[in-house]
Amino acid sequence: MSVASFTVPTVTHAATSIDGLLEKVSIRNLDFFYGDNRALKNINCSLYQGKVTAFIGPSGCGKSTLLRILNRMYDLYPNQRATGHVQLDDEDILSPSQDLNLLRAKVGMVFQKPTPFPMTIFENIAFGIRLYERLSKSDLESRVQHALQRAALWEEVKDKLNANGLSLSGGQQQRLCIARTVAVRPEVILFDEPCSALDPISTAKIEELIDELKDDYTIAIVTHNMQQAARVSDFTAFMYLGELVEYGETTHMFTTPNDRRTQDYITGRFG
Amino acid sequence: MTDPHTTKAFDSDLQDLERLVAEMGGLAEKQVADSINALAKRDIALAQRVTAADVNIDTLQREIEEKAVATIARRQPMAIDLREIVGALRLAGDLERIGDLAKNIAKRVIALNGEFPPVKLIRGVKNMTRMVLEQMKTVLDSYARRDVSKAMAVWRGDEEIDAVYTSVFRELLTYMMEDPRNITSCIHLLFCAKNIERMGDHATNIAESVHYVIEGRPIADLRPKGDTTTIAALHAGDR
Repeated sequence: MSVASFTVPTVTHAATSIDGLLEKVSIRNLDFFYGDNRALKNINCSLYQGKVTAFIGPSGCGKSTLLRILNRMYDLYPNQRATGHVQLDDEDILSPSQDLNLLRAKVGMVFQKPTPFPMTIFENIAFGIRLYERLSKSDLESRVQHALQRAALWEEVKDKLNANGLSLSGGQQQRLCIARTVAVRPEVILFDEPCSALDPISTAKIEELIDELKDDYTIAIVTHNMQQAARVSDFTAFMYLGELVEYGETTHMFTTPNDRRTQDYITGRFG
Repeated sequence: MTDPHTTKAFDSDLQDLERLVAEMGGLAEKQVADSINALAKRDIALAQRVTAADVNIDTLQREIEEKAVATIARRQPMAIDLREIVGALRLAGDLERIGDLAKNIAKRVIALNGEFPPVKLIRGVKNMTRMVLEQMKTVLDSYARRDVSKAMAVWRGDEEIDAVYTSVFRELLTYMMEDPRNITSCIHLLFCAKNIERMGDHATNIAESVHYVIEGRPIADLRPKGDTTTIAALHAGDR
């Protein structure tokens, strides 16, 4: 199928009060291809400093694909390419000369399933820090402690830092992964369905954590849980079949969406 | 208007709510009409039936509230669904107040105990009631059909009722000044007129709620105001 045969999608940009907000990540005319398959079609949207942006939409709509572009995860696979512009501050993320290690330190990611390394709790966090910085033992320890505190895990693990990371519960493992991400001092944190494998209490803890972290970071979250998107995010983007259908302030999106498709999706009228 | 939900039980929850509101609206209309008929025909037995029937409206309101809260808890409604439920709650509140006002008129009919004001004075109140009942009918229709233009017509129409109320007010004031023996019956009648005027305001509230349900935003303009009785009182006293 040729690229030219696609129609340019129309995006409803709801009224947003973005005055005074700093555009941390700017996505313009972004297309993404898995081989010949155009998975994202002319995406335009922004992530704002200190705000949480939620991406919602049915499976296969491209929201995880979009997240994977923001730290060039797709580079790990052949035949996947992105065209268009994605800027982190003034830096072009898609540029071939982009230092990927540096980018992934700036743009951290937390996945659907907790992915602790098979090592001690302490090492799970120290490992990432050592990749980027050379710290004294005491500095390293205080950085690990700080990261665990930010991830609201410190009180639960401070007496067993040498236990295996995999011995923790699912919710604790996910917070360990968040601590690992926070430890390398990223600017942007991407959450790809961070709570889909967790029970409601662990979910609430992660949501509380996102709320606490957002003042210091720019956060994007992909979630299938509409109520979660409504709870944790400031902005919401609804994607469908690789298009960004509607983007706007979360309160607006969940009470009075502009696009019929958004309304059908969030009210459970799809398919 | 909208496609059905994937979860069909959600649709029937919303339909139940809408049906209960419609039922409540019908009851409220009947109570208003009966209360004024009792006044006009000096029918104490009818007035007593109106007083007794108010509990049915209250029961329906409670049922709507319970259903709405349960639906919110169970379905976590969003967008149009959420507005439908909030709308039903608001309408139930306004209809319950209309019912109370009708009951209050009926109680006054009983309190008058045969000492009725002259028929020509009741005519103005009856005119107001006819207008308010028309407003109620139209606004309930706008809710049932999700018709924003009808709701807006009701919203604009309230000014007219306020104007008639002002003239009834002046008329009663004059009559009371002519002969202090008229005061008791005229005061009751004045409160009845005020009740009817308040019902018109509730119909306007309902119009605003219907607008919100359909459009997702409040009516932007300022509400029209034709009730100038505070000023009329001064002028009447000057004469």
